Amino acid sequence: MIVTPQAIAILAAAEEETHNPLIPEPFEIFWSLIPLAVVFFVFFRYIMPKLGTVLDERAALIEGGISKAEKAQAEAAAALEEYTAQLTEARAEAARIREDARAEAQQILVETRDKASHEADRIVATANKQIEAERQQAIVSLRGDVGVLATELASKIVGESLADDARQQRVIDSFLDELEANVKAEG
Amino acid sequence: MNLVATESSDGFHAPSISDFYPDALFGDGTFYEFNRILLVRVIATIALLVIMGLVAKRAKVVPGRGQSIVEMILEYLRENVVYGVLGEAVGKKYDKLLITTFFTIFAFNITGTIPGLNIASTGLIGVTLVLAVIVWVVYLTSGIMKHGFVGYWKVSLFPSGAALAVKPLIALVDLLQIVLIRPATLALRLTINMIVGHLLLALTYSATQYFWVEAASNWNILYGFITFFGIFFMTALEIFVAVLQAFIFVMLSAVYINMAVSEDH
Repeated sequence: MIVTPQAIAILAAAEEETHNPLIPEPFEIFWSLIPLAVVFFVFFRYIMPKLGTVLDERAALIEGGISKAEKAQAEAAAALEEYTAQLTEARAEAARIREDARAEAQQILVETRDKASHEADRIVATANKQIEAERQQAIVSLRGDVGVLATELASKIVGESLADDARQQRVIDSFLDELEANVKAEG
Repeated sequence: MNLVATESSDGFHAPSISDFYPDALFGDGTFYEFNRILLVRVIATIALLVIMGLVAKRAKVVPGRGQSIVEMILEYLRENVVYGVLGEAVGKKYDKLLITTFFTIFAFNITGTIPGLNIASTGLIGVTLVLAVIVWVVYLTSGIMKHGFVGYWKVSLFPSGAALAVKPLIALVDLLQIVLIRPATLALRLTINMIVGHLLLALTYSATQYFWVEAASNWNILYGFITFFGIFFMTALEIFVAVLQAFIFVMLSAVYINMAVSEDH
């Protein structure tokens, strides 16, 4: 049997005519329905619900995580605020304490200065009093001495004859010199 | 494709639409006739169920890599397609349907680029028609449950604000849209995309085979490089189209449902 190209072409054309691609074969419809029925059944009953459940679960998990994170953040913010408030309070407290200390120090200084001043006054007063007392003592002692000297002088004057003015003058001078020497020796 | 086929010499096997109609493996002529394309579809079904089943079974609150990818697709579809079009409240009722539809269509499409399978079973109109009919039934029942039977047709066919003269025309167009055009275009768009994708991809394979093996000559080997790189380009494109068409199908389904349940359109 010889098969020419023309024969092949004719055969092909004839075959194409018997199979219009736009008209379905009944057996092809049958073999469409069975796979589609199986696919739709399995997808509707099992695959889509299962994947849907997993997706929903994940969405819930993520949402839960987000809300948890938000809560944690809110808590952290509250804690920060609290700490800041406490810090501010502590700072104010420290400033107040410092201010008090400074005031107290000032007070102490003033008091000390006053006390020192009083002490100095007291010392000066005491010194003055001592000086006065010593002066009084000196006066009393001097007065005693002067009496003794006067008596001595009088006795000398009486014991010695005062012949002339020159001698008289000499006696007075020697008395005064003696007196002066006495005073110097005492001082 | 006939043009390529007639121009080719003996060794060239041009891909054709008959790739989608192979001989029966069993049950020839019965309602359960089974062939290679349907075997690919069954394999895709099992693979989808096994992969998604494993992901769902091992699904944890802290996801692994595979679970993350599936969840990313799932979340994207739910947020951007289902809730994006229908709103969250209404969308919740349809998210299972639309997301399952997406994964199913993608699984049936992607076999077109998998070596050894090399065919997208959505290239057969039957399965896309069944899916389109499911969407059709869903948006009709949703609209009727929302507005009542009469109310639904009234809202759909007689939009407020239209001039009296054009009302019959609008009603006719909308009726055709609802009962025929929307489901038909859903099914046709997907099937035709997959057929054309297969023909283009298979062409790069068979042309490369032809240029490099069957009719190897200096110039043909050079042409073969073009078609060889075409394989990579078309494979990448088909992977993209597999995702895109599944996405478009689901997006339009959501839009149609939204039109049925919205107050006025």
